[in-house]
Amino acid sequence: MSFVSVLVTLVFVAVALVVSYTQRLDLERDLVVGAVRALIQLLAMGYVLDVVFRLASWPLIALVLAAMAGVAVQNAGQRGAGLPRRFLPPAVGIVFAEAVTLALLLILRLIPAEARYVIPISGMIMGNSMVASGLVVNRLKAEMRARRGEVLSALALGASPRLAAQIPLRESVRAGMIPTVDALKTVGLVQLPGMMTGLLIAGASPLQAVRYQILVMFMLSTSTGVASMLSGFLAYRQFFNAAEQLVLPAEAAPAGGERGGAAR
Amino acid sequence: MVLTPRLELEDVWVASPEGGWILRGVRLRFPERALTALIGPSGAGKSTLLSLLNRLRDPDRGRVLLDGRDVRETEVRALRRRVGMVLQRPYLFPGTVAENVRFGPASRGESGPPVEELLAQVALPPEMAERRVDGLSGGEQQRVALARALANRPEVLLLDEPTASLDPGATLRVEETVRQLVETTGLTVIWVTHDLGQARRVADYVVLVMAGELAESGEAAGFFAGPASEAGRRFLAGELLPREGAGRAPA
Repeated sequence: MSFVSVLVTLVFVAVALVVSYTQRLDLERDLVVGAVRALIQLLAMGYVLDVVFRLASWPLIALVLAAMAGVAVQNAGQRGAGLPRRFLPPAVGIVFAEAVTLALLLILRLIPAEARYVIPISGMIMGNSMVASGLVVNRLKAEMRARRGEVLSALALGASPRLAAQIPLRESVRAGMIPTVDALKTVGLVQLPGMMTGLLIAGASPLQAVRYQILVMFMLSTSTGVASMLSGFLAYRQFFNAAEQLVLPAEAAPAGGERGGAAR
Repeated sequence: MVLTPRLELEDVWVASPEGGWILRGVRLRFPERALTALIGPSGAGKSTLLSLLNRLRDPDRGRVLLDGRDVRETEVRALRRRVGMVLQRPYLFPGTVAENVRFGPASRGESGPPVEELLAQVALPPEMAERRVDGLSGGEQQRVALARALANRPEVLLLDEPTASLDPGATLRVEETVRQLVETTGLTVIWVTHDLGQARRVADYVVLVMAGELAESGEAAGFFAGPASEAGRRFLAGELLPREGAGRAPA
């Protein structure tokens, strides 16, 4: 695909602009900003990866992974607005999910230890962990508020915060994992996921593409599971103070809409 | 064992998150082995005062003492076992009646008192133990919540408008049950209510809180016969007039 064809793809953004303008959606500005950002971010990533792949230096790969993790933590941390340490749950959740999943992939020799495998796969792991962690914290805030009476009743009976928060915690960790579980059930029927689409377009055989897709889907169940569980455990404690009293974060203005799932 | 838990408030102030004070300089000692009704208009600070006693919150100034010791010096879970609480709604956990009643002891790996005995204390039949809580009436649920609190063998029981969501019949049965507990077990009960009729029916003592301050406290009979304070007289008059014949306001 030539650079000129990339510019031609702007026609798709133009169609969206027309829709926004005629329907008075008031999204024109966001669309333009979004399109420009996507263009710059992806082109920059392309050049960076090109260099990283050619140098094949592990410190450099680690740096790229760290930068990706930083952005993911920053993004998921927004969901915890009002909590005393809102970046802690996504930071630990995402980093551990990445470490555990990548370690398994490499130890089981499912992918070679090369930048062109490690970096894109890590992107998927961290992207999905980011979404999972954000969902967990968001849901936990809603559950703690909705089940305040149950939580207070349990505390009043002498229960630990862990026990008092049991149901909200369980519901939130479930919420973090449900998108992955749903994707497992419908993949191939409803959607051809991004990775597989990419492989097919780049000329891989469909049989090869589905094998990688299976790997990706299964590995993401580990990633979102680890990220959800750790995020939940680190977040629920922040709803209680040292005296084991329930402290709900102040009601904030509704946050922006949920972002769609990351690439699978 | 005769329990005489001494609960005192020592110049207690609680700040409101919106600024100002919810409670200002409350000094009070609750009578032991008796039922005290904590009354006052809504927003007076009754529920806040109650939540200080089992440390669901702490005062910003002053101290809460149990047997002469600051409650902040006791282990908080142990305190909450000694000073039990039932809230406005039952807030039962999903599962059976028995699972709910055993919740407190089970959380510490103990078996606790027999469930049938606890159910009997709140006038529920033993066969109810294995029923799921979602099938119970509001009154039954609230009595399960009482039994659940009693499973910790508390010395003090805090009730925060426990009949606010119940119909008049169920309300009277809960009142009877709690009265019975006070008389047979010598439990100390502090009962928040905005319903003067209820306070008159159940209370040995009355504590009147108005606008965050202690307005009056004393024996219930004396208070209802003629409050000592001007605030008490106004509250009694203002509350009684619209209530006569109007029945219980729906929750």
